[in-house]
Amino acid sequence: MSTTIEQLANQEYKYGFVTDIEADTAPPGLNEDIVRLISTKKGEPEWMLEWRLKALRHWFTMKEPTWPNVHYPPIDYQAIRYYSAPKQKKTLNSLDEVDPELRRTFEKLGISLEEQKRMSGVAVDAVFDSVSVATTFQAELAKLGIIFCSFSDAVKNHPELVKKYLGSVVPYTDNFFATLNSAVFTDGSFCYIPKGVRCPMELSTYFRINTAGTGQFERTLIIADEGAYVSYLEGCTAPMRDENQLHAAVVELVSLEGATIKYSTVQNWYPGDKEGRGGIFNFVTKRGKAFANAKVSWTQVETGSAITWKYPSCILQGDNSIGEFYSVALCNNYQQADTGTKMIHIGKNTRSTIVSKGISAGHGQNTYRGAVKIMKSAEGARNYSQCDSLLLGDKCGAHTFPYIEVRNSTAVMEHEASTSKIGEDQLFYCQQRGISPEDAVSMIVNGFCRTVFRELPMEFAVEAQKLLGVSLEGSVG
Amino acid sequence: MLDIKNLHGGIDGKEILRGVNLHVNPGEVHAIMGPNGSGKSTLANVLAGRPGYQVTAGSVTYEGKDLLAMKPEDRAREGIFLAMQYPVEIPGVNNIYFLKAALNAVRKQQGLEELDAMEFLQLAREKMKLVDLDESFMNRGVNEGFSGGEKKRNEIFQMAVLDPKLAILDETDSGLDIDALKIVANGVNTLASERHSVVVITHYQRLLTFLVPDFVHVLVDGRIEKSGGKELALELEQKGYEWIEQEVAAAR
Repeated sequence: MSTTIEQLANQEYKYGFVTDIEADTAPPGLNEDIVRLISTKKGEPEWMLEWRLKALRHWFTMKEPTWPNVHYPPIDYQAIRYYSAPKQKKTLNSLDEVDPELRRTFEKLGISLEEQKRMSGVAVDAVFDSVSVATTFQAELAKLGIIFCSFSDAVKNHPELVKKYLGSVVPYTDNFFATLNSAVFTDGSFCYIPKGVRCPMELSTYFRINTAGTGQFERTLIIADEGAYVSYLEGCTAPMRDENQLHAAVVELVSLEGATIKYSTVQNWYPGDKEGRGGIFNFVTKRGKAFANAKVSWTQVETGSAITWKYPSCILQGDNSIGEFYSVALCNNYQQADTGTKMIHIGKNTRSTIVSKGISAGHGQNTYRGAVKIMKSAEGARNYSQCDSLLLGDKCGAHTFPYIEVRNSTAVMEHEASTSKIGEDQLFYCQQRGISPEDAVSMIVNGFCRTVFRELPMEFAVEAQKLLGVSLEGSVG
Repeated sequence: MLDIKNLHGGIDGKEILRGVNLHVNPGEVHAIMGPNGSGKSTLANVLAGRPGYQVTAGSVTYEGKDLLAMKPEDRAREGIFLAMQYPVEIPGVNNIYFLKAALNAVRKQQGLEELDAMEFLQLAREKMKLVDLDESFMNRGVNEGFSGGEKKRNEIFQMAVLDPKLAILDETDSGLDIDALKIVANGVNTLASERHSVVVITHYQRLLTFLVPDFVHVLVDGRIEKSGGKELALELEQKGYEWIEQEVAAAR
C-alpha cells in the first residue's frame, strides 16, 4: 500500500516551464506610486484609480490574519513586484496575431485556443500573467447581449456596470488579502448575462502565473441579471518555481432575482517540491450574492498550491435563494490547505448545501473551515453540511472546524462528518479481484469524490479526475 | 491444479498453520471444516496473498507455478477467487464499474479481448439472475449499505462473472438464511459442473446439504487431521470436533 501512495504523491508536476518573453515589470514594493503606475499602464479612468487608492490606504491599517491553520514564513509585501505584462505592440484582431511564444505556452498546457474554439464550444479568456492577450467568442456572445471580456476592457467599455457592482459583494475593506487585491489587481474576467438569457456555452478562463517574483492579483466579476443562467469554469496551472509566489484573487458573483451562477474551479498550481520548497501561496476571496429565488453554486477541485486559504461563500440575501458548495481538496507532500465555505442566510426559506471532501497524503495538512449563519430574518432556512476526510498514509492530517450560528429557531441544520483511511482491506479486496493497487487507489479516491465530480461540467470532470490520477468512472450502468 | 505441501505460516509472527497438506484437482469440491481458531481463514488468506500473513515454510503450487511468489492481483488474474468472510465497502465506487474493471483485468491476463460496456452488461444481467440480485445493485457503491446477506450474494455474483478456475469460499454461509444458502450453493455447483475447483471453508454442515463436496477435511490446530468423503461432514455435525481433537492428542 505505501508504495502506491508514494508513487501517487511523487508524481512530478507536469507543467513546470518558464516562457521567455520580455516582461514589462514594475519595481518591487507597494505604495501609492505603484498603484498609480498600474492604473496608468491600464489606461484607467479616475474613479478606478480612486477606488484602488482607497483600498491601499485601508490596507496599510490592516494586519495579516493568523487564524488559518497553515504555517508559512512571513511575506515581505514590499519585496513583491505588483505589475508585469507581456509586451504587446497593438490590440489583436485574431489569434494569429498572438505572440507565437505565448501560443506555444498555451499549447504546452494543452489548451490550444483554436482547438478549444472549434471542438468544445468553450469561450476562453486566457490570462497570461496580468494582461489578457486573447479573448474568443465575443462576437457570438454579443449577439445575446452577453459581455465576456477582460476586467480592463470592462472598466473601459462598461464602466456603469463595473461601478455598480464592483465591491458590492466583496467590499474593498473586506479582508487583508481582498483589500490588497482591490489596490493592485491587474486583470481578470468580467461577465454580464442580460435578463432572461441562458448563456449557451460554458465560459472558461485559464490563469497562469509567469514572471518570477510577480504576485498575481486577479479580479473577476460575474453578474447574472434577472432570470439569467451562466456556468463559468476556471482552470489553473503554473510553472515550477523555487521561491514562493503570492496569489490573492477576488471573485465576486452577483446573481440577481431568479438567476443562477455556477462557478467551477480546477486549481493545479505548483504545490512545491517533495521537501516542501517553493510552491504558490493562494489566498483567495470568493463570494457570491443571491437575490430572491436566485442561486449561487461553487464547485472546486483543489490539488495545487503550497498554501491554500480559500472560502467560496454565499450570501443568501433574497427569499428562497440557494447556495451550494462542493469541494475536493487534495494535500500532498507538505501542502497545507485551510478551505471551506460560508453560508449566510438572510432571506426567508433560503437553502444551502455543503459537501466537502478532503484528501490528505504524504505530510499534507487539510483543514475544512465552514460557517453557516442563520440570521434573524431567515425564517425557514435549511442547511445540509457533509465533511468527509480521507487519509492516505500515516503522516498527514485532516482537521475540521465547523461554525454554526443560528438566530432563528425555525432553521433546520444537518451536519455530517467522517474521517476514513484507505484501508488495507479495501486495497486487498480490489487486488483480489485482479485490480492493480495503483488502479485501486485511484478508484477508491475517485469514489470518495464522486458526489463532487458529479457537479462539474463534463470536460472539467475529466480533467479533475485526471488530476487525481484516476480514470473515468461510471461508464457503465 | 493446487498442491499445498507442509505449509507453515500465520499472522503477526504467530504461527497458525503448522504443516498443511492439500491436493485439489480440476472439478473437485473440497470442504475444509474445523473448530474456531484452527486456521481455516488463515489458510484462505494465505492462498489469496493478503498482506500481513506470513509463510514460514512449505510450498504452494498452482497450475505448476509457485503461488506464494505471486502478487495478490496476479493470483486473481490467474483465476483464483476468494469469497471474503467480511466483504468491505468501497463507497462511491459503482458496483458494476468495479466488476467490469476486475473482469477486464482478468481477461487481459488470459489473452482475451476486454469486454465493452454493452457486452459486459449482458453478461452481468445473466449472472445476476443466478444469485437473485436486483438490477438496482449494479448502480450502488461496492457493498455500500448492503446487508450481510446481500454482501455474501454479491461475492457469489462476482464469482459467477469472473468465472475463476479455483474459488475459495471463506465462511460464505455464515449469517445466511436458508434461501440465500441455496443461492450460494447453486452458484458454486454451477462453477464446479464446469470442471472448476472449489474450496469451501465452513463451520457447519448446513451448506454441504446443498453443495455436495467430493472431499471433507478437518483442520485442527493448523493441520489437516482427518480427511474423508461427504459422510465425514455428517459425522462431524453429530459428534462435534472433540473426538478428532482427542484422537490427535492420543496419537502424540
